[in-house]
Parts: sequence; C-alpha cells; structure tokens
Amino acid sequence: MSDLVIQIRDLRRSYDMGSETVHALRGVDLEIRRNEYVAIMGPSGSGKSTLMNLIGCLDTPNGGEYWLNGQEVSRMSDDALARVRNKEIGFVFQTFNLLPRASALQNVELPLVYAGVSSRERRAMAADALGRVGLADRKDHKPNELSGGQRQRVAIARALVNRPSILLADEPTGNLDSVTSEEIMRVFGALHAQGQTVIMVTHEAEIAAHAARVVLLRDGGVESDTRRAQGAAA
Amino acid sequence: MPLFEAVRMAIGMLRAQKLKSFFSLIGVLIGVTFLIAVVSIVQGMNVYMEDEFANRLVGLNTFQLRRFPGINTGNVSDETWRDWMRRPRITYAEADYLEARVRTPAVFSRYCSERLPVSRNGKTAKDIEVMGADATYFGMKSYDIAAGRPFSPQEARVGSAVVVIGDLLAEKLFPGADPVGKDLMIGGLPYRVIGVVAKQGTLFTISMDKFVVTPFDAPVRRQICLWNTMDELHIQAANPAVMLTVMDEVESIMRVRRQLKPTQENNFALQTAEGALAGWRKISTILFAALPGLVAISLVVGGIVIMNIMLMAVSERTREIGIRKALGARRRDIMAQFVVEAATLSTIGAIFGIGLGIGLAYTVKALTPFPAAVAPWSVGVAVGLGVAVGMAAGIYPASRASKLDPIVALRSE
Repeated sequence: MSDLVIQIRDLRRSYDMGSETVHALRGVDLEIRRNEYVAIMGPSGSGKSTLMNLIGCLDTPNGGEYWLNGQEVSRMSDDALARVRNKEIGFVFQTFNLLPRASALQNVELPLVYAGVSSRERRAMAADALGRVGLADRKDHKPNELSGGQRQRVAIARALVNRPSILLADEPTGNLDSVTSEEIMRVFGALHAQGQTVIMVTHEAEIAAHAARVVLLRDGGVESDTRRAQGAAA
Repeated sequence: MPLFEAVRMAIGMLRAQKLKSFFSLIGVLIGVTFLIAVVSIVQGMNVYMEDEFANRLVGLNTFQLRRFPGINTGNVSDETWRDWMRRPRITYAEADYLEARVRTPAVFSRYCSERLPVSRNGKTAKDIEVMGADATYFGMKSYDIAAGRPFSPQEARVGSAVVVIGDLLAEKLFPGADPVGKDLMIGGLPYRVIGVVAKQGTLFTISMDKFVVTPFDAPVRRQICLWNTMDELHIQAANPAVMLTVMDEVESIMRVRRQLKPTQENNFALQTAEGALAGWRKISTILFAALPGLVAISLVVGGIVIMNIMLMAVSERTREIGIRKALGARRRDIMAQFVVEAATLSTIGAIFGIGLGIGLAYTVKALTPFPAAVAPWSVGVAVGLGVAVGMAAGIYPASRASKLDPIVALRSE
C-alpha cells in the first residue's frame, strides 16, 4: 500500500454561486501509484481544474477524503497545506508563473526559501535542478530573456527542486508551439523515467498520449480510466 | 523566511520602482528631517546659550549682586517695576561689609557701565560700553589680553586714568596702529590705553568688542555711577558648588546688613548665568513640547501614504502572491514579506530624512552663530520611528495579501 501516492475517495467540491450551488466534483475516486504518468483529461466544465486544485492542495474539498503520501490533506489548515505544497507538490503552470524580476536561479530557489534552506545550499540545489532541465548556462537570465520553452523548463526545475512526491502540470504546453511542446514532453518523459510521479491536466489528446494512463472526467465524475500496456510509453 | 532575506527582497523591489518608492517615503522623510533638524538646532542653541551667552555675559562661576535683575524674561509688571525702583542701590559700604564677612573664598569686583562716546584726534566712536571695574574683573571675564596688559590693583586703587579696550574699538580709533601707550578721550578727559582684549566676536550679531574697561575709581566714574553706589557687585567662586554656598552667604549677610525681617523679601537681586538662561529654557521647552506633535503629524501622513502604496502593490502583485503561495509560502511568510517591505521603505525614508536633517542643521550652523549639535538619541529615535511607522502602515495591506486565495490570485492578470 505504501506504493500509493494519491488516494482519493468520493471527493466532492461544490461552489455557492449566489442562490445556486454548482457541483464541480460529484464524488471522484482515484488512486495513483508512485512513478505513474497520468494525464487527466476532460472537456471544460468537467471538473478537471477543480480536481487539479484539490490534488495540488490549493483548495479543500466539501466531502470525501484525499490522502497524499500517507497524510490526509482534506482536513488540513491553510498553513499545513502550504507546507504540503512546499514539500510534496511541484507545480508547472500553463503560463509558467515565473517571477519576472527574479533570475532563473532565484525563481528555482523560491520553494527552498519557504522550506527554510540556507542560501548557499539553496543556490547549489537550484543550480542542480536547472542542470537537470538543461539550463545550467541560463542561471542568471531573467524570464523575459528566455524563450517560452526555456521558461517552462525553468518552471519545471522550480517544481523539481524540493524533490516533490508529485509533479503536477496544468496544461504545460498550452502556451507553446508544437516543436517546443515536444521538447517539454521529452523533459517530462525523462523525469518519469528517472522515477518521478507525473500528473498532467490537459485537453490535448496528443499531449495526453505521452502518459501511460489517461483519466477522463465528465460532469464532475470519472468517465473512464485507461492504462496503456507497460513499456509503450517511451 | 529569515529577516535578512525579506529585507533583501524588499530592497530589490524598491529599486525596481524607484520613483514610486521615493514619493511614498516623502512623508516619513519630511517628518524625520524635521525631527533631526529641530532637535539639532535647539540643542545647538542650548550649547550656545550656556557656553557663550551665559558665561560670556555673566562670567564663569560668577554671580552679580544687583538692585534688581538685569536680565529679565517675560513681562515685568508695572507694580514690580515700581517696587524695584524703590529699592536701595548697592553701596560701597555694603560691598566692603560683604567682602569682610563672606567666609568662603571668593573674588569681588565693583562694576558700573554706561554707553558713552569715545574719541581720539577728532574721530569718535559712539555707543561704547564704558565699564568701571576692579582689577579682579579681568580674571572673572576670562579676558584674553592680545596686547599690553590689564590694569593693576594699584592702578585700580588710585583710580588711574588708564583703559583696556576692545578689539573693534582699537581698530576704529587706531586703524593700523598699536593703540598701547596712546591716549583716547572719554568725557573730555584723556586716558592712556594700556591693553587690548582679543577679539571676542559677536553675540546674537552684536559685537562684543566695542568696550572700554577703566579702574572703577577712574574719573569717568562720575558719568557712569551714582556717588557711593554701584550697578553690580560681581562675585566669583572657585567652582559651581562653591558658588551656591557663596550665594547663600551673600544673601544672608545682605539681609542682616539691610535689617530685613524674616517676612520681608530681599530688596536686592542675585543674578546668575542660570537665571539669565531661564527665559531661553522656557522657549526650548516649548519647542521640544511642540516637536512630537509636528513630527507625529508628518509621520501619520507618511504612514498613510505608505499604506496606500502597499495596498497598490498588493493588488498589482496578486499573481506573485499566488505563485508564492502555490510554492509553499504560508500566511505569515506573505505577511512578513509585505510588512518588511513597508518597514524597509519607511526606514529608507527615515535614513534620507536623517541625512537631510543633519544637512539642514549644518546649514543653520554655517549661516548663524549657533553650533549645530546633532543629538545621537534623535538619530536613534528617527530610525525607530521609521521602522515603526512602516510596520504599522504595512500590517493592513500585508494581511490582505496573506489572505488571498491562491487559486484566485494565480488566475489574476
């Protein structure tokens, strides 16, 4: 059982929109094992953003349970969730979400700042993470001095630097052209091959095809959960 | 997050927005400038009043026995004035009586003065302070004799027609020449110049070098003193503590001599440098009392400006806050970031204010006779206020930032 990174049971999330209540998730069950490569798909309104926010500990559910790496995070306080985000989750966003005034290295250091790592150690760890995504020579560049693909790789380095349990990517290629998208997907593939658990939210079937498992959401529930044969991912 | 990290981050942010940061710290800057400048100038004036004014005018460890106080602060009512005019003058006999009975070692000098014209070879200097005094007077006033010599006790005793003159008068009547050994005329009689006192400069822009000192019993006494009396008896003690003892003695001996009943008030006055300073003390107390109010107003304004700037920063940087939260910043990390940023902003304002205030104080020093004395405590208070105002102004915007929902914040443009 310790192999399970994510264990979700009957997860529910609804929003009060004035007089109406919108049920974004109506009871989702999902289990993800270590070193899985999962794509979460679904049309808009299917609840995939809500699920991603919950998995990313940015939001808390109204009902059900969410266990991340053996801890029940569905009942945690804000500050405890912040710590979980810091230690367990590496975010990669569609819009990169880098701090524009900080250098690539400083951006990658950011999660370590909140983890309380000393500045010398931080620099070393951040430089190492940048090396893993092939940007060792772009440390001191500001985001606006980097191409889209390079920016997303900085964001991936930032997501990796704390050695998180899951790499959580939200439409990671949404702002990139097809060549660069392939380049980013190769980075994800390599990280997966090194043992990283990767969860990716996307609406592009082409991108989802890189994953070994595709979870399709519809109307706030899981419609299908398909696994490809082992070894076909590469 | 360590404080150092937060301060470094704050400075980076401020450098990125130089102009906005500058305007936002203007309030604190003005408040602190004001604080430093006023404290420095008032303290400088204090030093000036105590060292220069009081000691030069009255003399070190010296007090004067007078008919009534010569240096008055505030208004003297007509009634008091009439009462003073009824008092007897200080007589020779009283001076001798005192000199014989005061047990504590002290030095005495009779003193009279009047503004009279002084002339030489048709050249006339008007409004010269002509003073009659005993030989001990030179020691009391710590006069620095630049040329010649002071008059001797023998010359004083016989009332020789000799004078020691001030630097400016020497320049006026003896331009380019050595006045020592030459004569000048006071009240139609010739006096021999035997010494010149070194330049003393000005006091409140009034020259201190337009004077003549003659022996008390020199002929000119008839023009500057009433018969057998004196304006003041100057008494000098060895040090400030002894001076108080001597004052007590003089007071009680005078009361005995004048046969005052215990219920009667003194019909004479003892004037000290302290007394002369009382009026100035009142003014500086008022200034110091008003200062906190004035500083507080500008700091409150400065704080409000900073608070607004920080609120703007929070809404401009909502996305950044979202990113930081997604990466693991807790509420208190975000809170600390914005409070430290506000405090850094305001402290930088305070530091510029300290510089400007000191500059202002030194400008005043350069343009006036007052020495500027920058008080170290005022610099400390200024820095403390800067930090405190910034923190207070930063708390509300920081708490708004810390409460942002990361999902909403990440979605903002």
